[in-house]
Amino acid sequence: MIEALLVMALGAVLLGAALGYAAVRFRVEGDPLVEKIDAILPQTQCGQCGFPGCKPYATAIAKGEAEINQCPPGGEEGIHKLADLLGREFKPLSAEHGIEKPKSVAIIDEQACIGCTLCIQACPVDAIVGAAKQMHTVVAAQCTGCELCVAPCPVDCIRMEAIQETVDTWKWKYPVIKLRQAA
Amino acid sequence: MTSYLFIVLGAVLVNNVVFVRILGLCPFMGVSKKLETALGMGAATTFVLTMACGASFVIDRWLLIPNHLEYLRTLSFIVTIAAIVQLTELVIQKTSPLLHQVLGIYLPLITTNCAVLGIPLLNVSLRHNFLESLLFGFGSAVGFTLALILFAGIRERLEAADVPIHFRGTAIAMITAGLMSLAFMGFAGLDKYK
Amino acid sequence: MIAKLFKFKGGVKPDSHKDVSAAAPIRVAPLPSHLIIPLRQSARAMARCLVQPGQTVLKGEMIAAAEGPLCTAVHAPTSGTVRAIAPQPVPHPSGLPAPSIIIDPDGLERWIERRPFDYRCVPAQETRNYLRDCGVVGLGGAGFPSHVKLGPGEKGIETLILNGAECEPWITCDDRLMRERADGILAGASIMRHIAGARRILVGIEDNKPQAIASMRAAVQRLGEADIEVVAVPTRYPAGGEKQLIRVLTGIEIPFGKLGTHFGVQCFNVGSAHAVFRAIAHGEPLISRVLTLSGNMAHPGNFEALIGTPIRELLPLAEPRTDTDRYLMGGPMMGVALLSLDTPVIKGTNCILAGSPALFPPPPPEMPCIRCGECAKVCPAELQPFELYWFSRARIFGKAQEYSLFDCIECGCCSYVCPSRIPLVDYFRFAKGEIWAREKEKAAADIARERYELRLAREEREKAEKAAKLAA
Repeated sequence: MIEALLVMALGAVLLGAALGYAAVRFRVEGDPLVEKIDAILPQTQCGQCGFPGCKPYATAIAKGEAEINQCPPGGEEGIHKLADLLGREFKPLSAEHGIEKPKSVAIIDEQACIGCTLCIQACPVDAIVGAAKQMHTVVAAQCTGCELCVAPCPVDCIRMEAIQETVDTWKWKYPVIKLRQAA
Repeated sequence: MTSYLFIVLGAVLVNNVVFVRILGLCPFMGVSKKLETALGMGAATTFVLTMACGASFVIDRWLLIPNHLEYLRTLSFIVTIAAIVQLTELVIQKTSPLLHQVLGIYLPLITTNCAVLGIPLLNVSLRHNFLESLLFGFGSAVGFTLALILFAGIRERLEAADVPIHFRGTAIAMITAGLMSLAFMGFAGLDKYK
Repeated sequence: MIAKLFKFKGGVKPDSHKDVSAAAPIRVAPLPSHLIIPLRQSARAMARCLVQPGQTVLKGEMIAAAEGPLCTAVHAPTSGTVRAIAPQPVPHPSGLPAPSIIIDPDGLERWIERRPFDYRCVPAQETRNYLRDCGVVGLGGAGFPSHVKLGPGEKGIETLILNGAECEPWITCDDRLMRERADGILAGASIMRHIAGARRILVGIEDNKPQAIASMRAAVQRLGEADIEVVAVPTRYPAGGEKQLIRVLTGIEIPFGKLGTHFGVQCFNVGSAHAVFRAIAHGEPLISRVLTLSGNMAHPGNFEALIGTPIRELLPLAEPRTDTDRYLMGGPMMGVALLSLDTPVIKGTNCILAGSPALFPPPPPEMPCIRCGECAKVCPAELQPFELYWFSRARIFGKAQEYSLFDCIECGCCSYVCPSRIPLVDYFRFAKGEIWAREKEKAAADIARERYELRLAREEREKAEKAAKLAA
């Protein structure tokens, strides 16, 4: 009995020492996983996931504190990609965080704008230009469509508009063969 | 010399650890979705299994048998394997963070991979010497890797196939594995050509 | 003389149907009631509009200027008044509207002052800029700016190839152009050779156009310059593909991601050469082109139409038959359906094909792929279309890219031979579009991330400064 305990204890101490050494020798700085997750997220910075931005959400996923289905702008495809990366099961988008919408941009009604700068402070990517008591406008190319500027506007002059397809952004559709009615 | 060759060849093909012995199915189904993952997992398992066979032989022959502690075999083997797996994980995390992410949970799970525990135990019951143990472990791991790579190749194509809805996912993977298992039965007569 | 011709792999031999439209000489289309000139003529970039509604313009006046490296200028095709600048449907597979200038012709055809450009006395760069301001783009269909292609590139250009292969069935506009205006084409080629500093000129023409070959050879004799050769290439679709023609004439196989210029070869459509000639020798910008009206028509033929002529006004010239149910832009192999007849002729429009249920029956339903490999046999890019199809269909785009999806030239050979009638090219176009869209999205996300991080850093700094001020 004593022998058995001794043998096991000896083994445990030896292996523990080896692992302890290895842990110091092969220490990894930072978490490369966060970068990988962040690369998949759409960078809308909308905060619909419940975190203040895409990076914090990525960190939370990497730590296992958040589910992968909390990002409405990323949509089903984003969840699939995250599931693939992390080897987790696919889950449908969680309804409490929002629904998948067509990509849109914010548009300021420049006639109604009073120049309060509240939307400028809300914009996570600095896509709104203007100054106090001056008209504001959205730089459409930089706008991520996060909708964070809509709520702070005291005169409700900001609306979201879905991006229309143009000759530049048009894509060939998935080939569909029309079924014909049998005669 | 031939007997050593046949230990390896037999472990790889005739008694393939996945398809014939039906061991280690968890990582086999779990990490065979992509070819690169399968390769990484195969390499990690090969390393762990070869090391585990060597270490377990030493422990069994020089520690357990002299002290009449054979009843501690499973326990001590598991502890050894766990330590080796931990070591491998640390090394992979350092050298290839990408592979570490991709393998994810399956890397620590090598510890409880029945193939990794099964092969050292088989070594004991087959009364292999040290070199034979190492070769048997290595051969089995190569067989495992082979199975994983073949299966990953098939699954990558399967992903694009028109599978009837009720068979999608794991179901069709199981059917495929069964067919491959049948195919590996074909190696059964290989030792006739000794 | 060229010792031997080379071969490209694959290809098909569809019925050419060229006789129906090749016999009659090019006719000049009458002035239409209005002209719609899209600001985007050179595929990749939009020109900057220079006119206002109500303004009077002269024939050949620049109405939009080139902006950016891949852009060319746009000119008024006739004299008249600018009616509006508004989005109009353009001949694009989407049928979506794009910004265009609408001109009401005054019927007087008053030209701007035209002066020949003395390209021999100025640096090549100046001539290239002149061509850009004359709006010269490739007339083969893709509309790539010619001045860019004439640039020095990495190694300079050794061989200039004129593409007169015209391999698509039904289309005969290049054939007629070579028969009737061979001297102009060769004069243009000679100018291009001067600009690009090339040594020799090869003209590749499919051997089913003997009159065009004879006419071009006679023109070479008349021009009397050295190192110009007219080569008859075997008739096999797609011999007129740029990479395929270069392969046949020079034996050079251009790998993925490289251009002809990397190997000292540059390829131009014969129509582009003629446009260069008009621009340099006569000071006329590119405002008209020859196009084929064929298919289900009573009087098919070739017409010289002004850029911007609405297709609806062009069709009566060839009298489409009454059972015509749809129109194609381009040939039957690569062409796309024309969604609206109000779209104008643009610089890349080489053919309008009328279809009827009898002539071009609607495609039969797609059947499962039986992996016969016929598509791989005929693929001129030496791809495996059945693999590309397998992955494109299942939207596994990464794998499709691994099988070199982007080497596909969308020639349509695979769809043509497929016994299961799978519209393979449609799948490849779909997959390419999705991959491009994803890349664009990724680029936008990267910019957003960067801007977000900059903002965070700025907020951090402001907070620190405020704290420092409080502490002081």
